[in-house]
Amino acid sequence: MELYALTIHEAQDLLAAGELSSRDLTTAVLDRIDAVENRVKAYLHVDKESALADAAAADERRAAGQDQPLLGVPLAVKDVIVTRGMPTTCGSKILQGFMPPYDAMVVEKLRAAGAVILGKTNTDEFAMGSTTENSRYFTSHNPWDLSRVPGGSSGGSAAAIAADECIGALGSDTGGSIRQPAGLCGVAGLKPTYGRVSRYGLVAFASSLDQIGPICKDVTDCAILFQAVAGHDPRDATSVDMPVPDSLASLEAGVQGMRLGVPREYFVDGMQPEVEQAIRQALTVYERLGAEIVEVSMPHTDYCLSVYYLLAPAEASANLARFDGIRYGYSDADATTLWDGYRATRAEGFGAEVKRRIMLGTYALSAGYYDAYYLKAQKVRTLIKQDYDRALEQCDALITPTTPTTAFGIGEKIDNPLQMYLSDIFTLSLNLAGVCGISIPCGFADGLPIGMQVQGNAFDEATVLRVARAYERASEWHLARPAL
Amino acid sequence: MALSREQVLHIAELARLKLTDQETDLFVEQLSAILDYAQQLNDLDTDAIPPTAQVLSLRNVMREDEPQPCLTPDEALANAPARQDDYFQVRAILE
Repeated sequence: MELYALTIHEAQDLLAAGELSSRDLTTAVLDRIDAVENRVKAYLHVDKESALADAAAADERRAAGQDQPLLGVPLAVKDVIVTRGMPTTCGSKILQGFMPPYDAMVVEKLRAAGAVILGKTNTDEFAMGSTTENSRYFTSHNPWDLSRVPGGSSGGSAAAIAADECIGALGSDTGGSIRQPAGLCGVAGLKPTYGRVSRYGLVAFASSLDQIGPICKDVTDCAILFQAVAGHDPRDATSVDMPVPDSLASLEAGVQGMRLGVPREYFVDGMQPEVEQAIRQALTVYERLGAEIVEVSMPHTDYCLSVYYLLAPAEASANLARFDGIRYGYSDADATTLWDGYRATRAEGFGAEVKRRIMLGTYALSAGYYDAYYLKAQKVRTLIKQDYDRALEQCDALITPTTPTTAFGIGEKIDNPLQMYLSDIFTLSLNLAGVCGISIPCGFADGLPIGMQVQGNAFDEATVLRVARAYERASEWHLARPAL
Repeated sequence: MALSREQVLHIAELARLKLTDQETDLFVEQLSAILDYAQQLNDLDTDAIPPTAQVLSLRNVMREDEPQPCLTPDEALANAPARQDDYFQVRAILE
């Protein structure tokens, strides 16, 4: 097996046994990037020198007797997470060349743990999108079929994992941006509970919905990376001061005697038949493994899209007000007044989808419309949360599809915003309700991956990972690799 | 919920975005379509439902009012489009 095809846990074993150096592993991954990146286009920025320096430092630390879980493991970071010394663009022209003066908390933790940071992965601009087609730099390609989208907004990280261009990766998820690309690329992607992972250094899109999480080659790797970055951070006022249970300790416990809920509202017309079949098939596997399947109802599921597309843009319109050409980023040079400067900087610096969402959000918050739109959406958000409270009383976790279809063609939906938004209908609800969930591969249709979501209670990542791992152990989808 | 051109231009001004005519027309159409779709929320009776602003029950998360290490002026100004001494240089605010 090629070194670049290793998982984090496999790499850990070899590194710890002294059979592999981080230098060799990192070189193998960098060579892999050289070999396939012109076709996959997962990365906005790769820093070979810095990565090899990280690797050398990790090898020295190991020689001195250290052995943390990520020591010497090459990882990729989505470009909405700030990294000191590496440009952070958020896929936007308005931050072209921006060099953060600090590291995000998650990056601090990765560096302290001795991980190798390979570079920054492509993203839809400011994490707004479902395909990376909204990146102002280029679109990433699905390694399973290069003419198709890898999903988004963490499409770069998901594509990099599927193409073995990194051993592990971080993404961010506001309405599905970790899980949906993981589903379309046939890899594992976990959205932790809101408040579990510090947002310090995550460029804010929607502050009540955003979370950073792992995108990896399998469930065990997601658990490892999750444990490495989770935890309270006083610099993020929305991070919770709660201990993080060791999800690795219970990972292999299986599902014997557990109740798994299937919300009937997640099986909709317009869903690709093979996707529904794959999920139904997975449910029979779970039954064979000893779980009881119970049908539940989450009656407000259909309203999630509307709620999300009022709340998220509203929050985004506030968060993106900071991009004014004054303190950082692109600044229009020709304007003569301060306000013309703002108008032109933002007009030139932002892409169409970002403008669309800023406009939508500004409208929803504006005088005369706040009650009808923003406040109304917040109230329906409460109803969605109540659906989860009720459903999760009846079962330990929920099993649903990740997306209604497999990966579609690049260019197919870009001209129809509403059509594009519909690809997130199964993932939006978790961010609104503040629960956690993972997408793992559960089959293929015409050579394209199908993803299944395991959704669980707030702060119950351990159960979600355990339930996902039980299925993974009984299947082989996660071992498949695209032919590149 | 059809938006008028005037409304779109007003929103753009609130958001400090200069739009081309083409963008304005496109946004009239697209934003109206999205807002139309969102009308479905009116199916639901939410009079007695409290709004959820954030899913955690955190309130008033504070720290001690003591100075902490922070960026140096050079670090803070490193990405400034225009700098003068230790200040961000901006266009005139007053005539």
